[in-house]
Amino acid sequence: MGEFKVHRVRFFDYMPSAIRAMAFNSRTERLAVARADGALEIFNFADHYFQEKVIPGQDGRAVEALCWVGQRLFSAGLNGEITEYDLENMRPRYTVEAYGGPIWTISSNSQGTLLAVGCEDGTVKMFELLDERIRFQRNLERQKGRIISLSWHPSGTLIAAGMMDMIRIFDAETGKEMQLDPGVIASKSKEVVVWSIAFLSDHTIVSGDSAGKVQIWDGLTGTLVKTHLVTKWDVLALAVSQDESSLVAGTSEGTVVQFQFIASTVDQQDKEWVRTRTFKNHSHDVRALAHTETAVVSGGMDTQLVVRPLLDKVEKNTQESALRKIAFPHRSLVCCAKKAGLLLFQFPDHLELWRVGESDGLGKPGDSLPVKRNPEKLIQLKRKGEDHICCSALSPCGGWLAYSTVSAVRLYRIQYNNISITKVSKLPKDLRSAHQLCFSSDSSKLFASSSHSSVVIVSLNQLECKHLHTLKPRSGESRPVHLLFASEDGKWLAAANADCEIHVYNLHKLKLHCTVPVHSSCPTAIAIHPVTSNLVVVHADQQIFEYSLMQKEYTEWSRKLQKQGLHSLWLERDTPVTHISYSPKNPAHIFLHDMFMFCIIDQSLPLPEAKTMLYNQMTLRSLPEPERIRHSHAFKISLPLCLLEDHSLVVVERPLLDIMSQLPAPVRQKKFAT
Amino acid sequence: MVEHGEIRVVHRGGSKLTSRDPVFSSDSRFLLCASGECVKVFSTSTEECIHDLRGHTELVTGVLLRPSNHLQVYSCSADGTVRLWDFTDGILIKTYVIGYPIYSIYASANHEGVIFLVTPAQSDKRSEMFQLVAVQLPQSGDQLVEARELSAVLSDVSSNPAAIVFGRGGEYIASANGLQLEVYFFKKQKAYRFPLKEDNKKGGKNTFMCVACHPKDDCIATGHEDGKIRLWRNFNHKKEYTYSTLHWHHSAVSSLCFTPEGTNLLSGGIESVLVQWRYNQESQRDFLPRLGAAITHIAVSPDGALFCTSHSDNKITIIQSCVKVSAVIQGLVKGESVRTDLMMDPRSKSLVLNGKPGHLQFYSLQRDKLLYNLDIVQQEYIHESGLQQFEVVKAAFNASGNWLATVEERKQKAAELELNLKLWAYDEQTQSFVLNTTISAPHEAQITAMCFCHAADSQTTMLASTSKDGHFKAWQLAAQAHTEDEGPSWSCDFVGAYHDLVPECCCFSADGSLLAVSFQEVVTVWSPASWELLTTLSQPPGAIRDLCFGRLSCSKYLLGTSANNLLCCWNLLTCSLEWSTSMDVSLLLADPLSENMAAFCCQAGCTDLFVFKPSEPRPLFSRKEVCSGKVTRAVFAPREEMLESCEESSQWLNHSQLYFLTQYMDLMTFTTKAEEDRLMASSKQLVIDDSVAMTPFYLLLGKHRQQENQDSLGGMSAERTPLPQGSVAIRELLQTPAHVLPSTSYLCSMFVQSLLISVTDTREENKHTEEEMESEKEEEDSEGEMESSTRPKESLESEATESAAPALTKAQARELRRVKKLDHSWLAGLLDS
Repeated sequence: MGEFKVHRVRFFDYMPSAIRAMAFNSRTERLAVARADGALEIFNFADHYFQEKVIPGQDGRAVEALCWVGQRLFSAGLNGEITEYDLENMRPRYTVEAYGGPIWTISSNSQGTLLAVGCEDGTVKMFELLDERIRFQRNLERQKGRIISLSWHPSGTLIAAGMMDMIRIFDAETGKEMQLDPGVIASKSKEVVVWSIAFLSDHTIVSGDSAGKVQIWDGLTGTLVKTHLVTKWDVLALAVSQDESSLVAGTSEGTVVQFQFIASTVDQQDKEWVRTRTFKNHSHDVRALAHTETAVVSGGMDTQLVVRPLLDKVEKNTQESALRKIAFPHRSLVCCAKKAGLLLFQFPDHLELWRVGESDGLGKPGDSLPVKRNPEKLIQLKRKGEDHICCSALSPCGGWLAYSTVSAVRLYRIQYNNISITKVSKLPKDLRSAHQLCFSSDSSKLFASSSHSSVVIVSLNQLECKHLHTLKPRSGESRPVHLLFASEDGKWLAAANADCEIHVYNLHKLKLHCTVPVHSSCPTAIAIHPVTSNLVVVHADQQIFEYSLMQKEYTEWSRKLQKQGLHSLWLERDTPVTHISYSPKNPAHIFLHDMFMFCIIDQSLPLPEAKTMLYNQMTLRSLPEPERIRHSHAFKISLPLCLLEDHSLVVVERPLLDIMSQLPAPVRQKKFAT
Repeated sequence: MVEHGEIRVVHRGGSKLTSRDPVFSSDSRFLLCASGECVKVFSTSTEECIHDLRGHTELVTGVLLRPSNHLQVYSCSADGTVRLWDFTDGILIKTYVIGYPIYSIYASANHEGVIFLVTPAQSDKRSEMFQLVAVQLPQSGDQLVEARELSAVLSDVSSNPAAIVFGRGGEYIASANGLQLEVYFFKKQKAYRFPLKEDNKKGGKNTFMCVACHPKDDCIATGHEDGKIRLWRNFNHKKEYTYSTLHWHHSAVSSLCFTPEGTNLLSGGIESVLVQWRYNQESQRDFLPRLGAAITHIAVSPDGALFCTSHSDNKITIIQSCVKVSAVIQGLVKGESVRTDLMMDPRSKSLVLNGKPGHLQFYSLQRDKLLYNLDIVQQEYIHESGLQQFEVVKAAFNASGNWLATVEERKQKAAELELNLKLWAYDEQTQSFVLNTTISAPHEAQITAMCFCHAADSQTTMLASTSKDGHFKAWQLAAQAHTEDEGPSWSCDFVGAYHDLVPECCCFSADGSLLAVSFQEVVTVWSPASWELLTTLSQPPGAIRDLCFGRLSCSKYLLGTSANNLLCCWNLLTCSLEWSTSMDVSLLLADPLSENMAAFCCQAGCTDLFVFKPSEPRPLFSRKEVCSGKVTRAVFAPREEMLESCEESSQWLNHSQLYFLTQYMDLMTFTTKAEEDRLMASSKQLVIDDSVAMTPFYLLLGKHRQQENQDSLGGMSAERTPLPQGSVAIRELLQTPAHVLPSTSYLCSMFVQSLLISVTDTREENKHTEEEMESEKEEEDSEGEMESSTRPKESLESEATESAAPALTKAQARELRRVKKLDHSWLAGLLDS
């Protein structure tokens, strides 16, 4: 008598896209990551590396470089355009054509007044930063080869450019080439690309090139100070720490090499750059690097974002000192129609609708049941337009399907007797684009979070779709809503936004019911209990809250939990909880899951002591006393998970090895004894 | 039991050169290494050992140049003393008594008058804890100084001397132990500890193996068990320390060393490749591969021109600027086991045993030097584990040393045993052994024993071999009938067997008239002349382990040991058991120069030694607990010059020395107090006269004079030439500036004349010796006189030496004469053959 019948779904061949560029804003502690498909992700390093925002990509937009200017984020790509992003509404704000061919690099001066881009035609173009726009100012002296990398001197007067075979220094004010190039790097046989360059405040220039060397130059005299041969392949990225005492270089071998500015003898003052540690956390090219105060962040072809703490900067054996690998998005890409047993998979450019398989359903716990009916793919829906899909939803009955891009929302009606899909042509005008889509449990309403934190309610029936209401929070703030949850009984709608606020609306009265007290960390999953109407919120810092919508206060259980504190093993997990659901059998059970595990909280049992271990189900069975929080590690990597009507559990798995096997072959490296 | 107060078991000769790292003298002309109980001073250019610094009574555990005087050297030993030497002259200057066993020694120029020693932690002597202590050396004029003021610097250090090193200018000291690196700053009196994780995920072992400090920068290099080298920097911070990792070695890095300017880092390990890393450009490496055996230590000369690597096969290689091997100092090669027995080459009086794979090594114990390797297998040795290759398993010399028999075998898993018996003749012209006969498959199974007939006067030499195939064979040198030009070669003379039993040992009697072969518990005695079975002797139960005929006056006895803990002595005249005693003898050995026999008995994990005469019931000497473990290899090595000990217990050491191998492959010997004193005295006497200026002539003249000194030491009164530099002509030549000298052609005749020795002088002296010799001869018997006419010149000279020795006691003179008689007989045999 197993507790659940589990569908282990392995046909979601989700493939994350390679990381191309990275920019870290040390003031706001946000990391912007650009992927090869043009998507942009914002990670909040202050809030447990939570993936706060995702701006979907667009066909033809390949981001080659990213740059923060204050709170503003700019990107440039090989399509020759500079884009500024609207981080409030998670969409590109505008694009400016640079008219210099593909853009390889973008960099702003430390004052935040000028933006320099390096173009294929050999020009460095300066753009003036205005409040709303950027304006072309002038070209610096044109060079023969393409400009691959740029770096401003912190004073803002000089700019160093890495090109094919050479490095040049320009005066930013006059646009003239300041001095002779600090040396021609070229080896005789082949062209050398200066992939990355860093201009330090003491006029030292550090360059990383395709010959595998990290070279340190004196920017005043233009002489080579030191060459470190780091790899046989390319040095693709460089990043310097804020205080310029440490430098990291990413190579094609997947290694990140650290250099430190160290005095050669203990008491002396004159320091030099010394190669110190080597980190190997990637199997493929490290294309992008960021050096934060305490960690080295690297990303590349193997699609993972790795946060490697520098152990000399953090306290040992704390949460900060653990290595983090962020391999999957912190939001759900799977939608489940509970009643119909259908799964909707979201890809950047299409949607897939699957029916899960069936089996006889008789067997001992732990057995794998024979599959009676294979899972089948019902529909593959290609998106229209060039914008990538941002969010999607499937109604619980399976009859409705909706997806949204940055520019439009599309709604489809699906018939299953002979599978057909029809687009609902007339959508209300208010429904232009949505950050999050959600159907009500009776499939009669569609909720779409729109700009300015508003939620648009559209009523659905066979004939027409009608705009019912637009729910707006009282205050006038405009953070996008990234989580929506409609309660089972159709009375409540909870909406969480990136400002950590959760608004609960009463759908009968169509007005704001209450606002949950703001916790400092961003909510990662919300759910309303079908029986007690308690709202359960899990935050990025792994805290769990339960809020009674009736009493408009935290429940007794939640207070007890906060008073005692969560178990340390729970807090040590490094992926956020992405989904909450309830057991229809036992109302005291709450199901939570994140990337790597699935757990059941039984509210009727006492809380675990700080010293007790958390057990998984197998070991638990042998124990006389059940624990309060039970972990099940039975599943390798479960992306999303849903409960179907018939007490069966759907686990969507995407093993990391499968992702690895789909990556192109890494550069050849001689391995000892092979 | 017999009093044995003054006989000690010592390391002498053939001891490990590579137990500690060698030290270059500051002018890099000398290399000092700890070897057994002495420190050896080698010349880096000629590989010759110049002095032994003797004085310690236990193993020397460290050698260190005195930082304040580069002509003096400290040595420390497990006997609890630190000694200060003048290594150019080999004089002991001072002895500091510390009182605890010392495992290694360190010093730096920054700490005047202080040395740092690793001693066992005082609290508990049994435990494996060691501490680093600083010892203030007292200023005193005495030879023997007590230095008991110890102050602990670091507790819990490694006993491995490579794990502690002084940093730049002696400002700090770095010590690695297990998984922790500790850096102690003397100025701040503060220690920083840097632990590593026990095991990283990839299975690499992070245990520290060795440490080196950069001479100019604050950088510590550490070698690890998984082959990684870490370069630590910024270690004056608790947290902000940093290290970079270099990885080339595939297994443990056993030694690290920075060059004196700090431009290069040298590392070595089991790969037997010397790796040179550019400091700060570590991706550039130079390799010196094929150094022969695993590197255990690396040292660099102070000028950086010479590197020196110690190897696990007891070899020190001197390398010129990481390119060329310029000199090899080879000690006694001791592998895992010695397949051949220990033997003495009668001709060169050297120890012979397995050396390099497929070779026999000839090692002179007197000079403590490897003479040469004889390639027996004559096949390329392939360094690959698990590959079965030919191995030398047996070797034997005949009495005169002009025949050598070797057996090599190869046992492959599937294939049959391959056996070769090779006989080598000594070639006087090339002064080496030349292969005479190869007998492939001499037996059908493994050869268990092999021996030559030792009779000196026998016409032909005979070799007996026994094998597991149940036969013993006798081999004889015979002229080939059909091929005249090739000379005589060896062929089988007789094949014997006894009741299908397997022969285990064989032994010829001293006069060669009997051959005893043991077939399990039965000893059969054969006559080699007629090959008839004379008698069988048996003392069941228990198979015979060792067989030995008595020598000289005891030649009527045959001794055997059985596996059943029985030592039996048969009288061959009566063919009956003379006596037997119950002891577990692991090795029975006869001294070829006396009646003495040595028996090593294994009891309760320790080995006891008994020396006895077969004719006497009481042992001459016995010693309990000679060493731990079983002794299976030992040899009596004849002395070059006899000892004159009158004490009963040490008389057995007069003619020959007993060397034995312990289970840890240490070559040990027994020594008397008198002998030690003599060695000590001789080492102190060697003082070079400083009055001679360092000119090219010096080398010529100095050598000459040294030779003379030796001559005079040996008591030779003949050929006392006037000192060349005493002549006016030479002095003039040496002291006049070159530009005022007349032309060389003019000077030449004068110079040559001055070198000539006046004839009258010499003749007179010769006459004097001849007279003495005559008187000596009169005392000898007629037989000796007959031969004396044909005596070669060398023996004449040696005799002269002996005869000239002053004040011989009567007993000694008699002994001397007897020895001479022996000499004549083997010489006669030589001449006859």
